[in-house]
Order: sequence, then C-alpha cells, then structure tokens
Amino acid sequence: MKPIILRTTAVAVVMAGASVAQADDLTLCWAAWDPANALVELSKDFEAKSGHSMSFEFVPWPNFADRMLNELNSGGKLCDLLIGDSQWIGGGAENGHYVKLNDFFDAEGISMDDFAPATVYAYSTWPKGTPNYYALPAMGDANGWFYRKDWFERDDIKAAFKAETGRDLGEPKTQREMLEIAQFFQGREIDGETRYGAAIFTERGSEGITMGVTGALYPWGFKYENTPGSYDMEGAVNSAEAVEALEFYKEFYETATPPGYSDSYMEQGLDAFKSGQVAMAMNWFAFFPGLYADPNTGGDKIDFFVNPPQNQAGSTLGGQGISVVAYSDKQEAALEYIKWFAQPDIQATWWELGGYSAHNSVLNDPGFVDSAPFAGDFLEAMESVQDFWQEPAYAELLLAMQKRVHDYVVADRGTAKEALDKLIEDWTEVFEDEGKL
Amino acid sequence: MANSPADKLAQATPPGIANRVRGLSDRAIAWIFVGPSIFLLLAVNIFPLIWTINLSFTNFKANRNREVDYIGLRNYERILTDEDTWITMQATAHFLISTIVIQVLIGFTLAYLINKKFKGNDLWTTIIVLPMMLSPAVVGNFWTFLYQPQIGLFNYIVAFFSGVDPSSFSMIGEVALAPWAIVIVDTWMWTPFVMLICLAGLRSIPDSIYEAAECDRASKWRQFWTITIPMVLPFLMLAVLFRGIENFKMFDLVVQLTGGGPGSTTELTSINLKREAFEKWRTGYASAYAVILFVTVFGLASIYVKALNKVKER
Repeated sequence: MKPIILRTTAVAVVMAGASVAQADDLTLCWAAWDPANALVELSKDFEAKSGHSMSFEFVPWPNFADRMLNELNSGGKLCDLLIGDSQWIGGGAENGHYVKLNDFFDAEGISMDDFAPATVYAYSTWPKGTPNYYALPAMGDANGWFYRKDWFERDDIKAAFKAETGRDLGEPKTQREMLEIAQFFQGREIDGETRYGAAIFTERGSEGITMGVTGALYPWGFKYENTPGSYDMEGAVNSAEAVEALEFYKEFYETATPPGYSDSYMEQGLDAFKSGQVAMAMNWFAFFPGLYADPNTGGDKIDFFVNPPQNQAGSTLGGQGISVVAYSDKQEAALEYIKWFAQPDIQATWWELGGYSAHNSVLNDPGFVDSAPFAGDFLEAMESVQDFWQEPAYAELLLAMQKRVHDYVVADRGTAKEALDKLIEDWTEVFEDEGKL
Repeated sequence: MANSPADKLAQATPPGIANRVRGLSDRAIAWIFVGPSIFLLLAVNIFPLIWTINLSFTNFKANRNREVDYIGLRNYERILTDEDTWITMQATAHFLISTIVIQVLIGFTLAYLINKKFKGNDLWTTIIVLPMMLSPAVVGNFWTFLYQPQIGLFNYIVAFFSGVDPSSFSMIGEVALAPWAIVIVDTWMWTPFVMLICLAGLRSIPDSIYEAAECDRASKWRQFWTITIPMVLPFLMLAVLFRGIENFKMFDLVVQLTGGGPGSTTELTSINLKREAFEKWRTGYASAYAVILFVTVFGLASIYVKALNKVKER
C-alpha cells in the first residue's frame, strides 16, 4: 500500500507544479449515460489536484459515433480526451486521430499489465494484441441480463412455470432456457397487467441489433474469420452454428418481446423493464448500478446474470478506452489526466461511483465480488467477451451487419443463411476496398 | 430642373465616380450588377456539382488520409447492378406515387369544399394548414408515439372501428404497414399545401364563366369537368411537381419515424445516400449515387415541366 500512497503523492506534487505553470480547461468527450455522470464526480479530484478545469461533452448514444467520428475526421479540437468506443481504435490509430501512448506509459511507469488483459486487448491495442497502445482502459463493459427477481420468486408463477416446462424457474443456464423463460412470461397476466418476455436489442440506426444478435452468435461459437487476421470469412461467418444462432435471435424477437419492439436499444430496454413491461432485459453492465438503485424495480426486485452460454460462454464486449486526441492543443494536460486516472486509488473510487474499472487492483480485490450484486457477473462476463471488428473501416462493416441482420430478424426477409452470405459479400467488398483482400 | 430620385442620386454621385461610370458601356454595367450573383451561383452550385461528378469516378473516402485513385465507371456499375439500390428505388417510388395520388385527391377535395362560402370558412382554412407549419422532426417524433402499439392513439382508433386488438399490429414495425405509416404522416402534413395551391386555382376561375355555363344550362357535373378541372389542372400539376421533388428527397420525417426500417423497408434513396456518404464515408461511391439521383430528378422534372407548359398553352 505504501508505494501506492507515495506514487499518488508524487503525482499530486507534479500536478500541483504543472498547475502553477499553466492551468488548462480540458474537454472530455464521451457518451451521455450513467457512468458519464460518475466520471464528472470523479474528475473533481483531478481538478483539485492539478489546477486544470474540466469540461464535458456528452452525446446521446444513438448520435455518439456519428458526432465523434465526424469530429475526429475533420481534425476538430473540441475534445482533448475522448472515451471512444472499442471499435474505433483501429481508425483512431491508423488515421492519426489518437496519440500513441507507449512512450508516455514508459516514462510514467504505467503498465498495461495492471489492467485486465481482455480490456487491454480490446480497448488499447492496434494492431490487435500488439504492444502499441492508443488508449488506457477506462470503462470495462459487456452485455448482460437482468430480471424481475420478485416475479421469479412468486409461488404462483413458479408453479405455473414448473407445470408448463417441467423445470424450476430460475436464472437460465443456456440461451435456449432463457428463451423458454421469456416465452413463458410473454403475454402473461401479472398483477392485472399483461407482461412480456424480454427486451432485446433490435435498433436499426446505429449498432443496436448487431450488439444484440452477437449476444447469441458468440455463445453458439461464431467467428469472424477462420484464421485471425486472414479475413477468410466463408465458413466462419456463415457457419451452421451462426445460422442457428441467428434463427434463435429471430425466434426470440418474434415470440418473446413486447409488441412493436422493432427498433429498440438501450433506452427502450431500460424503459420496458422499469415500467414493468418485461420480465427480463439485456443491456450493458454500465447501467446495472442505476437499475439496482431504482426505487420501483431495483433493490430486492431485481437480479442479474451473465449472458448464458450455449455451445460455449460468450458475451458481447462493450466498454471504452480513454485516448488523447491528436488534434488537441492541450495534450500535456490531457496526459496528466490519464496519469491521474490510472492510479489504483482513483480506479477504486471510479468503481465505487458507478464506473467499471478495468484495473487489476480493483478487480482482484477480495471484496470486489461482493461489492455489488452484479460484480461477480461482470467478472465472469469479461472472461469470455468478444468484440466486433475493430478495423479502420468498422463503420462500413457495422452498417452492413445492421442492414443484413435487421432485414432478416425484423423485416423477415430471406433466410438466416442468406443474410449471413450477403454479409460476407458486403464485408468482402469493404476489405477489398481497404486493400486487405 | 428634374427632381426625380434618379436625378437626385445622379447629382449626389461624386464627379470622379460619375466620370468613371459614364465611360462604361451598358453591357459592362449589366455585368457589374449580375457578376456577383453569377459568381455566387458558380461557387455554391456549379462548382460543387462539377466536383461531385469528378469525385464520382474515384475511390475517395473523406475520412481516410490515403491516395485517391480514378476508377472510371466502377462506382456507377456497382450502384446500378446492386440489388439493394433497386429495392431502395422501389421504396422511394412507392412513397412518391402513393403520397402524390392521395394528397392530390384529398387536397383538391378540401380546396373544393373550402372554396364554397360558408360560416367559419377562414377558421377551417387555418386549422387545416396547421400541420404544414410544424417541423418534420417534431411531426416524426409525435407520430411515433401515436403509432405505439400499446399506448398509441392511432392503434386505439383503428381498434375502435375494426375491433382488432390495438397491440396486435405495429404501424412502424411491420413490413407491410411501415410504408403506409410514412405515407399517412406525409399526407397529414402536406395535403394542406396541395389544398392551398388548388384553392388558388379555384379562386382564379372568373365567375363569369360559370354564369355563361348556367345560361347555356350546363349541369353542375358538366361545369365541373369542362370548366373547373381544366382550369385548375395547371395548378394541380404544379402541386404535383413541388410534392414530387420534395418527396424524392424526403429524409427527416422518415428517419424520425422508422429510421429506414424495419430492415430496409422504408429506406428511401436519400437515407441510403446519407448512410453511404456520412456513415460509411464512401465519398466517391456516394457522389456517383448523388449524380444518378440528380440526373433522375432533373430528367423527370424536365419532362414534367414540358408537359405542364403544354397544358398551360391549351
């Protein structure tokens, strides 16, 4: 503990010195959601210690990628620090939007070994898995599930479920079990109101349905390539397992979601759950502290579980790393922020405030699992996360998947195999344009 | 001694400037006046058009710092042979034709009724034109609530008259209904515009023509088909032209309502173009797409305007 205190003190002294030299107003850009509010609170400590002031530019999720990628592409100076989505790391690095942090980490003694390997791989490195760092893991996240624990514990509901399925009602152990539970609740009268199975992601405009459907694809064993880095997608993207998973997601959408649930993402899912419309919902772990604190559907009424396995464990990765924007005139101060943020005690406070630290000192703390009802699930999810393509052309790859999957799942156009075959055609065209095929 | 404003201005002009202007020809003075407008037109309209045509032959991506290659007609070939392009074109054509037919029918009927003199005529006119004064983004958001299967008023009204369960159908979530959902909203919003143009046409018909027809004992039905319709037709055609051009580039309302979904069911050409240009950043490809759309609209509009002029000449 002593070295940590000494290091923290040293950083504080350096920051105090820096503040005398020049106090900057830093702008940090991120999505507008619960953890962003926690970061505002956390950053007050940085302001006090460094003398710099912090401004924040938070953009609602549906517009976040558009707004921020346009900002980066135009060389804008709005953001000094950007907590950008994991998939942007390739473009951020190759297009020169992000400052490479290796020299800074070496000089300041910041080691990537201090962070969970999955988060370093996903949020920081480009090319993937190489020791070239363009971000510090800022917010670990994955897609998980929550459910109405109070309904699951009611004797009448448990008995009805047992009579209908022959199983005991409880947290699902597989994807198929989860669908069965959702179908059980679909259209069921509870306390005089009609309830539905689950809120899943079906949004068309940004990334919603892709993030939802990969929650089924990964547990079935979906792979983007046969050999990593080779872009050989035939037989991987459209494998028999992938087809089955996509058909499963469509069945889930058609038989276990509320009426008119054809364009829903994070906010709509949260609304459906908080209004008592659904028994279960998928969403990012980042929202779980807020859900647990909700006076109507939180506390004893809610519980959480990791995305269930099918052929294997698998969860869709969320989360972001924090990067210094290459076009910023205040890079020195921005690096100071990263140095401050990387400290173990700051990371511990970050978790306490509702942010998901990826620092090993927080995650490996013996008390971590019991610190929140979803903490153990978070750790479990992070052990089997998979992310979407992180290529510089990720936006094209994502939009192609949004279109093909939405066409099949929601618009009922073609078969699952045809959707995945077309997806390979689209992705092949993108990689050919990129000169990678 | 002349005292007109022009004379006063001439007297007030300093001799130096007056001498210089006096030496210029009429043509030169004309160029001085129209020059800035022509320059602006070239800078704002013509240059971007030429630049877009130039980009359409390249693989340029505005978000990538890499060498740009000229790839000939590859972008055009890709677009025109892409099955999805034609699905998008079909969706646009469906939207365009449906909205124009319905809006013209309802707009003309409303104009015909409003043109009759009755108490509260002005008040009703004001109420009818209210929707077109709203922002399309607001209208889109507003109607997504009305179309909500569980709480939406629209579904409850349909349920009231048809007896179906209101939550059994989703106007913006079902492939069969979503195209009609956007047609209904566009009709609600823009029929008043068609009505106003038709009303102008109806009010431009001199009463003396109807009086002469009455003297000839022409029936009301005959008056309608031989006087009203032919004389309003140029106005109707103008309304169709305006609505056609507007709806061909329809974007905001549909984005708010369906976002192009479900799947690609309501993905109109403008939405597709925006995705290619500003989400995928395929600038060269999007430029080719824009050129194709420009040629289509320009070609159709030119043919239509010629037809309109022929009708006017009759």
